[in-house]
Amino acid sequence: MAESILAVQALRKSFGALAATDGVDLDLREGETHAIIGPNGAGKTTLIGQLAGNLRPDSGSIRFAGEDITHLSAPQRARRGFARSFQITSIYRDFTALDNVALAVQAHAGHSFRFWRAAREERALRDPARVVLEEVGLGARADVLAANLAHGEQRQLEVAMALATRPRLLLLDEPVAGMGLEESERMVQFLSGLKGRQTIILVEHDMDAVFTLADRISVLVYGRIIASGAPEEVRANAEVRRAYLGEEA
Amino acid sequence: MRARTLILAACVLLLLAVPPLATVFNQPYYIDLLRRVLIFGIAAVSLNLILGYGGLVSFGHAAYLGVGAYSVGILAFYGIHNGWLQWAVAIVASALVALLIGAISVRTRGIYFIMITLAFTQMLYYLGVSVEEFGGDDGMRLKVKSQFSGLVDLGDPVTYYYVVLALLLACMYLVHRLVNSRFGRVIRAAKSNEARTRAIGFSPYPYQLVAFVIAGAMCGLAGALLANHTAYITPAFMDWTRSGEIMFMVILGGMGSIPGPALGAFALLIVEDQLAGWTQHWQVIFGPLLVLSVLFFKRGLAGLLPGGGKDG
Amino acid sequence: MTTILVFEQLLNGLQFGVMLFLMAAGLTLVFGIMNLVNLAHGSLYMVGAYLTVSAVQWTGNYLAGVALGLLGTLAVGMLVEVIALRTLYERDHLDQVLATFGLILFFNELIAIIWGRTALYMSLPAWLQGHIEIIPGSIYPLYRAVVIGVGLVVGALLWFVVTRTRLGMLIRAGASNRTMVAALGINIRLLYTVVFGFGAALAGLAGLMAGPIYAVQPGMGELILIQVFVVIVIGGIGSIRGALVGSLVVGVVDTLGRAFLKPLLGHFISPPAAEAAGPALASMLIYLLMALVLSLRPEGLFPAKSG
Repeated sequence: MAESILAVQALRKSFGALAATDGVDLDLREGETHAIIGPNGAGKTTLIGQLAGNLRPDSGSIRFAGEDITHLSAPQRARRGFARSFQITSIYRDFTALDNVALAVQAHAGHSFRFWRAAREERALRDPARVVLEEVGLGARADVLAANLAHGEQRQLEVAMALATRPRLLLLDEPVAGMGLEESERMVQFLSGLKGRQTIILVEHDMDAVFTLADRISVLVYGRIIASGAPEEVRANAEVRRAYLGEEA
Repeated sequence: MRARTLILAACVLLLLAVPPLATVFNQPYYIDLLRRVLIFGIAAVSLNLILGYGGLVSFGHAAYLGVGAYSVGILAFYGIHNGWLQWAVAIVASALVALLIGAISVRTRGIYFIMITLAFTQMLYYLGVSVEEFGGDDGMRLKVKSQFSGLVDLGDPVTYYYVVLALLLACMYLVHRLVNSRFGRVIRAAKSNEARTRAIGFSPYPYQLVAFVIAGAMCGLAGALLANHTAYITPAFMDWTRSGEIMFMVILGGMGSIPGPALGAFALLIVEDQLAGWTQHWQVIFGPLLVLSVLFFKRGLAGLLPGGGKDG
Repeated sequence: MTTILVFEQLLNGLQFGVMLFLMAAGLTLVFGIMNLVNLAHGSLYMVGAYLTVSAVQWTGNYLAGVALGLLGTLAVGMLVEVIALRTLYERDHLDQVLATFGLILFFNELIAIIWGRTALYMSLPAWLQGHIEIIPGSIYPLYRAVVIGVGLVVGALLWFVVTRTRLGMLIRAGASNRTMVAALGINIRLLYTVVFGFGAALAGLAGLMAGPIYAVQPGMGELILIQVFVVIVIGGIGSIRGALVGSLVVGVVDTLGRAFLKPLLGHFISPPAAEAAGPALASMLIYLLMALVLSLRPEGLFPAKSG
C-alpha cells in the first residue's frame, strides 16, 4: 500500500449545536484523485475550510506528508504544498492572467522582500507562469485582464494558479460549477490529464465529472463519511443510494 | 501612453517654472502655496502606497507628519540644527512609530483598522498638547531652519521650493519602483484578493506592515519639510482632520496611481485656498463639495488622464 | 478622605461613561444594522447641544427646551439620513468615512455661522443645581448624579427595546438578514431612517447633557467621537453589550487617570518628572488600553453577533 500523503483523523467542528464535521477520517494516497461528494449542507465547505487551514477544527488531527499540520495557517500549508481552487472563483480580477499565475510562482520562490526590480520583467517568474498557462490552454490569453476572461477561462486560470505552486496536493472545490457543457467537458478532460501525476481532492456536485475522474469517492452526509471506496462500490452502496444518489435519480 | 507622459512632463515643467514666474509677476505667495502643495503631495504619495496599492485605509496618516515635524523641532530646541541629522531622525522616528501602530493595527481589518489608526493618531495629538516643554497646545517656533553643511539654504524660498519638488519626484519614483517589485506585488495582491493571496502561500501581514512603515517614514520626511516650511510646529499637524485631508488628496487624485496623489494635493489645497480667500466660512461649501466628490467622482483626477487611472 | 475622593472620581468616571455609552450605542447600532461608518455622529451630539441651548432660551423652560432639542436632533438626523447617508449604505467603508468627514466640516461651519465660534455655557435651572450626599461625608453635584441616572435608565430602555420588542426584533433581524426582513413586508428604508433618527436622538441627548458640564462649541463632537471609537473597538463593533462595557471602562479609566496618575507617579519618580509625565500619560491612557485589549482580543471584548 502506497504511503498516505494526507491523513485526517477524527476531525470535529461544531457551530453551536450543529456538528458540521462529526468525526471525519480520510486517507489519501499519493497520486490518487479522491472525490468528496454529499448533498447540500453535508458539511463539505466546512471540511475543506479545515483542510485548507481557514477553519480551526475543535478536535482531531490532520497530517500532511508525515507532518502534523492541524495548527498551521493557510499560507503555511500552501508553502508545504497545499493548493486549492475556491467554490466561487477566486482570482486577481485586476491583474492579467499571466500576472495572476506569476504571483503564484512568486509565492513559492522564497521571500518577497525585494523592493526594487520590476517583478514583471523577472524571467524567473514569468517563464514558469507562461508554461502553466499554456498547459491549461490559456496561453493565448496571457495578457488579458482576468476580469475580462470568460467564466470558464477564469476557472481554468484558478487551476493554473494552483498548479503553478507545484503542489503536492490539489484541493478542487467544484471546479466545473457554473460551466457550460463544453467548458465543463474541457475541464474534466484537462483534470483527467493530471491523474496519476497529481494528488487531488475533488469536491464536486457534477456526478459525471466525479465518476470520470475519481479513483475513490467518500460520501459526506451530516458531517460524517458514510461510505468510502472505489466508484463502483460507492455506486452500489445502499446507504449512499438512499441518502444521496437516490434523491437525484 | 505617450499622451499621458507628455501631459505629466508638462506638469513637471510648469512646476519648475513656478518660482521664476512668481518672481516676474511679483507674486511670491504662490511659491509658498505651491511648496505647501508639494509637501502635502509627498504625504499623499506615501499614504497612497498603503491605501491605493495596499488597501489599508489608514485614517491616521497625519501622525507621521507630526512625528517628523517634532523630530526637527525638538532637535532644534536642543540646539542641533544639522539638517542631515534632523531629517534622518524624522524619518527613523516616524518609521518606528509606524512600526508600533502598524504592529497592532495591520492585524485588524476594515472598520477596526480605520478606527484604530485614527485613535492612535489622536493619542499622539494629545501627547503633543500635553507636553508643555515643547509648547503644548500652542506649539513651538522653529527659530533656525535645518542646516545642510552650507550646501543648500532652506531660508531661500526658491531653493527650498526646488528641494521639495525634487524630493516629491524622488518619492514618486520610489513608490513606482516599490509597487512594481515583488514586494509591491504582494501588497497589491493582498488588496485585490486576500483569501487567494493566503491560499497561494503568502502571509500578507509582514509585507503590509513593512509597507505601513515605509509609508510612515516617507510621511515623516514630509513632516520635517512642513516644519521648515511653516517654521512653526504645533500638535495641529496631527489633528485628525489633517489625516482626513491627506486621505481626500489620495482619493481625489486617484488611488493606485503614481501622479494621482500629487494632483489631489494640488486640487484640494488650491480649492481650499480659493474658497478661504472668498469667505471665512469656506468649509460650509468645502464639506459638501467633498461629499459630492466621493459620490460622483470616484475615478479621481488621474482617471481623466489619457491611459487611465492606474499605474504599475 | 482618600476613599471619598476615589469614590467621587469613580462617579465622575461613571458619568463620563454613560455619556460615551449614549454615543456608542447609536454608532454601533447604525454600524451593525446599516453597515455604515458614520463619522458625523459627533456632529449630531453637537447639534443636540446647540438646539437645546437655544430652545431653553426661547421657551424659558428647561424641560421644554430639552424636549425640543431632542426632537430637533431626531429630525436633523433623519434628514441627514434621507439626503446624504442613504446612498452610502452600499458603498465601501472608505467612501463612508470620506463622505461623513465632509459632513462634519459642513456641520461645524454651519454651527459657527449660526451661533458663532465662541463657546457657549448652558445654565441649569435651580432645581438641578446644588449637591446631594450620596454616602455620608461625600457631597456630589446633583446634576452629574442626574446624568448618571438618565444614562442608566436610557440604557435599560434601549436594552428592552432591542431584545424584547417587535422593533428590536426587526432591528436585530435586519442586521443579520436584510432580504429576510424585506420579505416580511417591512419597509427597510423606513426602518433604517427610524433607527438612524433614534441613534441621532441618543447622540443629541448625550450632547445636551454634556452642555452644562463641558463647553458647547463647534467641533465638540469630534473630541468625544474619537473616544467613542476607542469604546467601540474595545467593546466589539456592533455589540450593544460591548458598547456598554467599553463605555464604562473607558469612562472610569480616563477619569481616574486624569485625577490620580500624577500624584501616583509622584511616589515613584521625581515630582517635576511626574508633573510633566502625568498629564501626558493620562491623556494617552485609554488609547494604551485599547492597544492592550486589541493585542489580546483583536475583535474586542464582545465580538459582534454575540449580542
